[in-house]
Amino acid sequence: MKALAAAIRIRNVSHHFGEEGDPRRVIALRDATLDVARGELMCLIGPSGCGKSTLLSIAGGLVAPSAGTVEIGETRVRGPLPREVAYVFQENALFPWNTVAENVKLGMLFQGVPEAEREARAESALEAVGLAEFAQHFPDQLSGGMRQRAALARALSLQTGILLMDEPFGALDEQTRMILGEDLSVLLAEHRKSIIFVTHSLGEAVFLADRVAVFSARPGTIKKIIEVDEPHPRRPAFVTSAKFHALRDELYSLLHDEIRKTVSESALDRAGRAGGAAGAGG
Amino acid sequence: MLIGSRAVQVGFLVGAVALWHLATARWAVSPLLLPRPAAVLRELIDVLATGEFLGDLGVTLGELAAAFALSSTTGLAAGYLVSRSRYWIEVFEPLLAGAYSIPIILFLPLYVLFFGLGPASKIALGATIGFFPIAMNTIAGFGSVEKIHIVAARSMGCSQYQLFRRVLVPAALPVIVTGLRMGFTIALLSILGSETISSLSGLGHRIVHLAENMHMARMFAYIAFAVAIAVVLNLVATLLEERGKRS
Repeated sequence: MKALAAAIRIRNVSHHFGEEGDPRRVIALRDATLDVARGELMCLIGPSGCGKSTLLSIAGGLVAPSAGTVEIGETRVRGPLPREVAYVFQENALFPWNTVAENVKLGMLFQGVPEAEREARAESALEAVGLAEFAQHFPDQLSGGMRQRAALARALSLQTGILLMDEPFGALDEQTRMILGEDLSVLLAEHRKSIIFVTHSLGEAVFLADRVAVFSARPGTIKKIIEVDEPHPRRPAFVTSAKFHALRDELYSLLHDEIRKTVSESALDRAGRAGGAAGAGG
Repeated sequence: MLIGSRAVQVGFLVGAVALWHLATARWAVSPLLLPRPAAVLRELIDVLATGEFLGDLGVTLGELAAAFALSSTTGLAAGYLVSRSRYWIEVFEPLLAGAYSIPIILFLPLYVLFFGLGPASKIALGATIGFFPIAMNTIAGFGSVEKIHIVAARSMGCSQYQLFRRVLVPAALPVIVTGLRMGFTIALLSILGSETISSLSGLGHRIVHLAENMHMARMFAYIAFAVAIAVVLNLVATLLEERGKRS
């Protein structure tokens, strides 16, 4: 569906770490196929180690998949596409030796944007995320939430059609992430970007996403896609609606078994490793 | 608290000078072993007023400048090259750490044999000794760059040069400037030390020369002068280090 309007086409992508026969070989991702429509926010949710972050890196060309293809627009992805794709990473991806404004401008500098335009675009991006007054601060002078706003401003300033967000609010406390989620929804309603958003949080997924792709436990694959039919910007009241709760419950029941599987597997894993190569490190 | 500890430190110094004075004035310690503080001060003023120190100071500082220039260029270059590959780091880091723990001053006779009694042997020794902390900290600095910063820069389309200039160098700089400061300090120590062992000029040489001729008060004056110079140089180096870390 919506195949013509797809901004990102992920076809049969698999990925493993380590060679065949290596006992430490990990199959991170198995045969994932996904279309992200233009202007759509697609959330990826799943248990730890299900390969959702790996899929994000593959979609943006930061990691080459073991099998399968990704297309962005008409282009087959074979490496980073800085003009089409911008990232927001989990945390600490701002350069601590640069001020917030310098951080935002650096991406544009890499892409050869002229100085005056860099200045203007950085200013409006910082304005948009509510950090205009903190342009001259260094990242370590900001709270975790403000740092992620700055990282978002850096990504927005690059004016790409696609935004890939890897658990951007994962390290923040619940209340901060609620506010950031609301603000993000407002921003995105204005900018209409195509977004893949990786998260652990059920509520965050339902609140932000147009569709949520639910991953199975490792080796991860997409188990089901859930639609959240609610216009952007999402209002805070959406969180208390019956619809929100129904969707959240559906996600919960889909995920619950997968998370159990992951937890018991990793416990077995650890027991196996303790018996085997102690001190191998990893 | 800070003022309190400063007061104790000053008090300690004053106490030491007072004890020194008492030892010479009251307890009849021979002035051949320990000249009076007042006599040392007189000699120091004379050394400064006549400008006698200029020649030796110039030699020592010249040696230090040349040694530091050599050790920092070679140390930075070697450290960066080694840091480019995980394999080279594994090979060279233990070698450098091992060499760093050798008291290289023991090779001074060899250096004198190769480079003569003049400044060249001091420069070569100081450069060798200063090389190791600079090279090792350069490796550590470039090795400590957060992977996420490299990934983020790549994702935004940086060139190889931009990655070096905008990410690798600023990330590594705090560790590198510490290495430079350490290299500078031990080059100064080893140059002063080697001047006292075998040389024709320099502050270290002057001190030993005065001792051999039993000019104890003047020798103490020169020691005080050399200490003051070393303190100032290390202070400047530390200040520059702090600035380098902040930029």
